[in-house]
Amino acid sequence: MSFFVSQVLTGLAGAATLFLVASGLSLIFGVTRIVNFAHGSLYMLGAYLAYLAVAFLRPRIGIEIGFWLGIVVGALAVGLIGVVLERAVLRRLYRASELFQLLATFAIALVVQDLALAAFGPEDLLGPPAPGFSGAVRIMGRAVPEYDLFLMVLGPLVLIGLTLLLRRTRWGILVRAATEDREMTAALGVNQSWLFTGVFFLGATLAGLGGALQLPRQPANLGMDMAIVVEAFVVTVVGGMGSIAGAFVAAILIGQLHAFGILAFPNITIVLLFLFMAAVLIVRPWGLFGQPPSRGRRAPAPAGPLIRPLEKRARLATLGLVAVLLAAPALVGAYYQAMLTEILIFALFAASLQLLTGIGGMVSFGHAAYFGLGAYGAALSVKLLALPMAAALWMGPLLATLGAMLFGWFCVRLAGVYLAMLTLAFAQICFAIAFQWYGVTGGDNGLLGIWPSAWAASPGRYYYLVLGLAGLGIWGLRQSVHAPFGYGLRAGRDAPQRAEASGIDLRRQQWLAFVLAGAAAGLAGGLHAFFKGSVFPDTAGIALSVDGLVMMLLGGIETLSGPLVGALLYKALHIFIVSQTDYWRLILGGIILALVTAFPHGVVGYLAGAWRRPTWRRPSWRWPTWRSR
Amino acid sequence: MTLLAVRALARAFGGVRAVDGVDFDVAAGRLTALIGPNGAGKTTCFNLLNGQLRPDAGSVSLDGQELVGRAPRTIARLGVGRTFQIAATFASMDVRENVQVALLAHRRQITRLWGQARGSHAGDADRLLEQVGLADQKDRPAGVLAYGDVKRLELAMALAGEPRLLLMDEPTAGMAPAERAGLMRLISAIVRERGLGVLFTEHDMDVVFRAADNILVMDRGRLIAEGPPEAVRANPTVRAVYLGGE
Repeated sequence: MSFFVSQVLTGLAGAATLFLVASGLSLIFGVTRIVNFAHGSLYMLGAYLAYLAVAFLRPRIGIEIGFWLGIVVGALAVGLIGVVLERAVLRRLYRASELFQLLATFAIALVVQDLALAAFGPEDLLGPPAPGFSGAVRIMGRAVPEYDLFLMVLGPLVLIGLTLLLRRTRWGILVRAATEDREMTAALGVNQSWLFTGVFFLGATLAGLGGALQLPRQPANLGMDMAIVVEAFVVTVVGGMGSIAGAFVAAILIGQLHAFGILAFPNITIVLLFLFMAAVLIVRPWGLFGQPPSRGRRAPAPAGPLIRPLEKRARLATLGLVAVLLAAPALVGAYYQAMLTEILIFALFAASLQLLTGIGGMVSFGHAAYFGLGAYGAALSVKLLALPMAAALWMGPLLATLGAMLFGWFCVRLAGVYLAMLTLAFAQICFAIAFQWYGVTGGDNGLLGIWPSAWAASPGRYYYLVLGLAGLGIWGLRQSVHAPFGYGLRAGRDAPQRAEASGIDLRRQQWLAFVLAGAAAGLAGGLHAFFKGSVFPDTAGIALSVDGLVMMLLGGIETLSGPLVGALLYKALHIFIVSQTDYWRLILGGIILALVTAFPHGVVGYLAGAWRRPTWRRPSWRWPTWRSR
Repeated sequence: MTLLAVRALARAFGGVRAVDGVDFDVAAGRLTALIGPNGAGKTTCFNLLNGQLRPDAGSVSLDGQELVGRAPRTIARLGVGRTFQIAATFASMDVRENVQVALLAHRRQITRLWGQARGSHAGDADRLLEQVGLADQKDRPAGVLAYGDVKRLELAMALAGEPRLLLMDEPTAGMAPAERAGLMRLISAIVRERGLGVLFTEHDMDVVFRAADNILVMDRGRLIAEGPPEAVRANPTVRAVYLGGE
């Protein structure tokens, strides 16, 4: 019994921090409709800045006041950073698609990671204990840190404070009005600009406070951001995006799930977390306390570029490119052959993502799930079933296809950011299984010794194998876009109601897109496993999902050749930048931000726009045409 | 000849009976208008007919086939076409491709992974575009059409489904007065030629009384009058509802 109580208390203390972060995330989403991936970064900055403030203030104004004032200063400083971010970057993205918003905030997280590394160094910074709460009290025979009790009390106090702020103040009423109906609030003459900035300040301050209050519990470190943001997503999604009370309830649920999950299933805690989120999304797509997003008043999508089969000139150019690729092993050495092999694999991956996200309008933030399933499917076929490469290369895509059939079935029932969050949850489940199921997957040691059969062992031969299979995959994906299937899929993206009224079964169409894209990504994963000779959990990680999105955007989301050009540019950039500097994430973040704010059509889209002078009226500048539903 | 039979149709939202026990028929080969002041229940009624909403009670049958409880796309396949108040087309496709997609969907070929959509049913698509007067614009992106042309394109897409019944929610909303008459003439001609039934809602009374063969008048969820235009125009209840005064 006493053990049970102490687990409950541990869970509640964790829940308080989670609530602080998630309530800010939820508040920001409610008003701006932006899912802020950088929220974990604000939390991390809260810990670092509070550390600095406390270290500066304590010797000057005394240990007690210095500590608590330092916490407040840290939190407010993060609030100001939030304001700067909002006015400098996010402001430009309110009208953009969810994909761009998610990517931009992810880019900010990348940039902050490297800036924090540069500013604070790689070492963990351990803060002082909280004055007045440094001991422990015995509850039912078990020692409970006083500071945990303090956090448990603080959580509900913050909930009450936020509720009063939102219910009783004019500003709070405006925030709630904007959460309910942004257009109407604007039409009533509310200055949205400052409302949004204010909400960002409040949300960022809450995240900063959450981080600052961690100081007595854990040292400030560079891994804090991603660890919390993923959990805060889960809390926000489970509670209902935009609902503060929902975030509170969900934080307690997740806190308890953690405290007890680790006892019952120590090996699958992360899986448990995301299974819970996926289950909630499936049963209540808008979370426990959330409301369906108001629809109907969205502006209709502007004209998009038409998709056409290649013209004669482009067809010749493609043939030329294929000829060059065929001749490449005779022209360049093993190093460049390997580089080309990798680019081809990622071109296939990016092209498969484009079918789903570009053509289908379904933002996937977890496409690496299928890459990972393909890679592990192939590797495990070798390790467990002792299959030769030729058979294992079938097993990878097969496993990925099965995964896509299962995940896709649930995903197509959602739309917009909810769909994106569910894809993320499924990818995290795959990642967690790979990471935690030591007995089969080897955990973070990965699976080693996955080498090609003798007939394809040399770099040149494996290159030809990849060229053949990836080429076939890309050709197949392109064909599906030109086929009736691709048109039906695009119809659903452009005007879902019209598509259904014409008799298109949209869910089936979208599910089929998941299956095709999953199969192709799985093939890419399988090829990658044999290319590297090993498989690690990060083949299913968020970073790879984002890589795929960046490749697609870099090339141009609206053009079929975009992902291919994007994969090439991205890999080339990666190799070049990593050779020049340690701050790859900073540069990558900068590239993403530049893309989404200045070049939303990507390289191919930009060139194509400059290339052909329009014969019809063309809007001078616009976001990529579609918004996901 | 009765094409669509609606009996005791009802739907409430909370305590509000938006549609409160409505009976009417729509005949083939004629234009039937559904009118009434704002909040009368016209749009709810429409959404009940095409399956976007489920009624609390009542039946809707098309040629004896029950429609209640079926999904919008199933109802579409049974022969009920629909156009929307805010016309929707596929903006990333050209005009002809829009119609081709509708044809492919109707012929159950829309999930095919082989072949070229652009090459499918081009002749049929051209004929439909000819019929609605968009033949000269068939290569333009649908997203850049003038609004009146978007409405025509949507009509062509609805016709691609070879409907027996066409539900049109405010077919002329957002159009210039001169265009309105033209579109209604076009619809009348198609109705006569193909023998299909049309049920439309409309706010513009000029359009209603000029184009409709039969008029249904709703107020507060109930049907208060029904008949040919002259009869409805003379009906004192209708005059009271539209002109005020109880």
